[in-house]
Amino acid sequence: MPETVSQSPPFAFTAWMDRANKFFELSLTLRSRLIILAGALILLLSYVLPLYQMTLYANQFPDGLIIKIYSHGLVGGKTAARDDLREVNTLNHYIGMRPLLESDFSEFNWIPLMIGVFFILALRTIVVGKMSNLVDTLVLFAYFGLFSLWSFYNRLYQYGHNLDPTAAVKVPPFMPPLIGSKQIANFTVYNLPGLASYFMVAFVVALFIAILLSRKQTAQA
Amino acid sequence: MISKLRIKWLIGVVGAVALLALLFAPSCARKPTTQMGDIAEAATATYVAPGDLDEFYLFASGGHSGQVYVYGIPSMRHISTIPVYTPYPATGYGFDKESKEMLGGFTWGDAHHPAISETNGDYDGRWMFINDNANNRVARIDLRDFKTKQILGPIPNVSGNHGSTFVTPNTEYLLAASRFSIPIPRGTFAPTSAYATEYKGVVAGVAIDPKTGQMSLGWEVMVPPFDYDLGDAGKGASDGWAFWTCYNAERATGKLEVTATQKDRDYIAAVNWRAADAAVKAGKVKTIGGAKVIDPKEVPGVVYLLPCSKSPHGVDVSPDGKYIIGSGKLQSVTTAFNIEKIKTAIDAKNFQGDEDGIPVLNYDAIKDAEVNVGLGPLHTQFDDQGFAYTSLFVESAVAKWKLGTWEVVDKIPVSYNIGHLTAAEGDTAHPAGKYLVALNKLSHGRHLSVGPSQPESSQLIGISGEKMKLLYDGFTEPEPHYAQIIRADRLKPIEVYAKEENKHPQAIWDVKDAKVERAGNNVTVKMVAVRSSFEPNSVEVNQGDKVTIYLTNIEQTTDELHGFGLNDYNINIVADPGETKVIEFVADKAGVYPFYCTNFCSALHQEMQGYLLVRPRGAAKAAANRPGSGATPVGGH
Repeated sequence: MPETVSQSPPFAFTAWMDRANKFFELSLTLRSRLIILAGALILLLSYVLPLYQMTLYANQFPDGLIIKIYSHGLVGGKTAARDDLREVNTLNHYIGMRPLLESDFSEFNWIPLMIGVFFILALRTIVVGKMSNLVDTLVLFAYFGLFSLWSFYNRLYQYGHNLDPTAAVKVPPFMPPLIGSKQIANFTVYNLPGLASYFMVAFVVALFIAILLSRKQTAQA
Repeated sequence: MISKLRIKWLIGVVGAVALLALLFAPSCARKPTTQMGDIAEAATATYVAPGDLDEFYLFASGGHSGQVYVYGIPSMRHISTIPVYTPYPATGYGFDKESKEMLGGFTWGDAHHPAISETNGDYDGRWMFINDNANNRVARIDLRDFKTKQILGPIPNVSGNHGSTFVTPNTEYLLAASRFSIPIPRGTFAPTSAYATEYKGVVAGVAIDPKTGQMSLGWEVMVPPFDYDLGDAGKGASDGWAFWTCYNAERATGKLEVTATQKDRDYIAAVNWRAADAAVKAGKVKTIGGAKVIDPKEVPGVVYLLPCSKSPHGVDVSPDGKYIIGSGKLQSVTTAFNIEKIKTAIDAKNFQGDEDGIPVLNYDAIKDAEVNVGLGPLHTQFDDQGFAYTSLFVESAVAKWKLGTWEVVDKIPVSYNIGHLTAAEGDTAHPAGKYLVALNKLSHGRHLSVGPSQPESSQLIGISGEKMKLLYDGFTEPEPHYAQIIRADRLKPIEVYAKEENKHPQAIWDVKDAKVERAGNNVTVKMVAVRSSFEPNSVEVNQGDKVTIYLTNIEQTTDELHGFGLNDYNINIVADPGETKVIEFVADKAGVYPFYCTNFCSALHQEMQGYLLVRPRGAAKAAANRPGSGATPVGGH
């Protein structure tokens, strides 16, 4: 009696572990590897595309002031008649907001590095070809993604809340929208993810599909 | 109570009025209908809806205001003013070091004939040149930023530079000429009784650097003391020639109204400028007043005289360059000379005389037609359909006539007394047609009364159809002489001086770099202007110090200009976005003088201010012994 009672859970756990181990040991199919390669290349492309775009519309800026956040830096809209980043900082100083300075963002140092790391991890997965590598990459990337999102959210929070108390125009501290629009003084601000963000999601989707494909194929085999 | 008789009487009156109304109604009604149709057409043709842009730029010379006024066509809206020869506090022109030096101590000029730079005879939209009839200067405006960049002159020997600035087809030269002959070089004395022999006319070409537009002295030709009036450069068939009309072939002095109007014909001087160029290169010149002057007696083949009907004013070359149109203002005809016939007459030495050794071509051999345009013809412009338009001062009208057939096909009255006229790209090899503007001298009664000092009237006329149509009355500051109309898409002006482009050695771009430095009695201030503050906002100097402020507007957004007005010191600078301006003055008045932003910039524009503190002379010495004196630290937060 006690045997059955004591043995049954370890047995179930071991069986589950066995299944998990088997799953991790699965080798990836060619199709999976190609999909990972495609995902990795798309991820690499995200380096040259904006992660995020802020557009500030006002009566006197019908075309909108544009600030694009890349993994490697801030790029404001620039025409012969306007430098948008400079303009946004000039306007923000009235409400006591810190100027958006590239040097204040440590993200611009580590995000490009991480893109490189994940590209290499993806290549490693393709070459070694084990399910465990693929899952590792996915989990690490999920952590990287969520951490970046939190970090970015925190940035926005700080910019909207740490306002200089001596500013000429006093506005209540505010949280700029992470995604969507908001009226801030005379500006309607639209904050939307850029192509690079979608590409990063595409990378995750590619990894998922790669898992599914290899699991099915191996199950059939 | 009203009596029956009275009612009858009333009915009778009402009936009579009704009858009269019936009789007159048809004729009354008809007139407003046609007028309304024309008005509606003109209104639609000139209406540029809010936010929409005009199709053409009109650059009108400002005459003795010394400026150039910019309008949009077809709206005729005044858009901006480009100061050239006169200080203009609105843009700080004439107050900062650079523009002050350019003005050279003059506080006015008489801006007459703008000329947009050309490539192959068509406007290229790079620069615009304009002459100063009063002080013998020429100026270059850069159409990239609509700013005056160079003023050349006074040009030696040229006196009363009216026949200017007409450019050659590839902007090799612009023209200059003496309207008021004098003994040369300038400064030489001779009594007017010696006018015919001692006074000299000069026609000249000012050289233009094809890359930079920089103007320098080119060639000058010494000519008889006539009054050289207006010019034009040949193009196409007449490329290589420059033409000037002249009145006073009588070589008269005194009351010219009488003395200079006795002959039936005066002249057009035709200069072969390539020959003039060659003569200069060959050294066949005299240096007079620092200029290289060709004496036609010694260098034949450079200049010829074309007899032209009485006291000619405008000379205008047709788009293909074949016809030289000279308008004798005291006759009712405009004369069309044929360049081929001119060349043939020169080759055949078909001369009817000479003036101081300059051959006078045989009139009958070189003219193609005398066009009976009307009274007081002055200037001619061209369209894209082979028509010419001549302004008629005395008749107060514009005549439209056909090149080649010489037939006058239409005439339109203008209000009033037209001087120049300007058609869209109407002096180029390829006129744009569509519009012309009559630059009238008198405007009385056409606008709300503004007292005795009257503006000029500039009327927009549609020239697309068979008949010319009056579209709009515009009013211009005194006094547009000639003007240029250029297609808007040919110009691509900048609106901000890019930070990278600002090469001023004293420019600073960060408030942290703002500072006040002292070297002896010289105080140098590097100042930043940005919404909504100056940094430093407090500058302390000693009475008698020479103060130099390098003011950089570090904005990079269009329209964010900042002014710097210094109270009681007669200083007002405006720095455009990305621009560094230099302000120099001696702090000779002791006390405290506010400075402030004069060009509205922001919600806190009023707060954009600071103080110049000038320590009195005696106090300065005492203060010098105190610590922290002398060069004032950047301060006053």
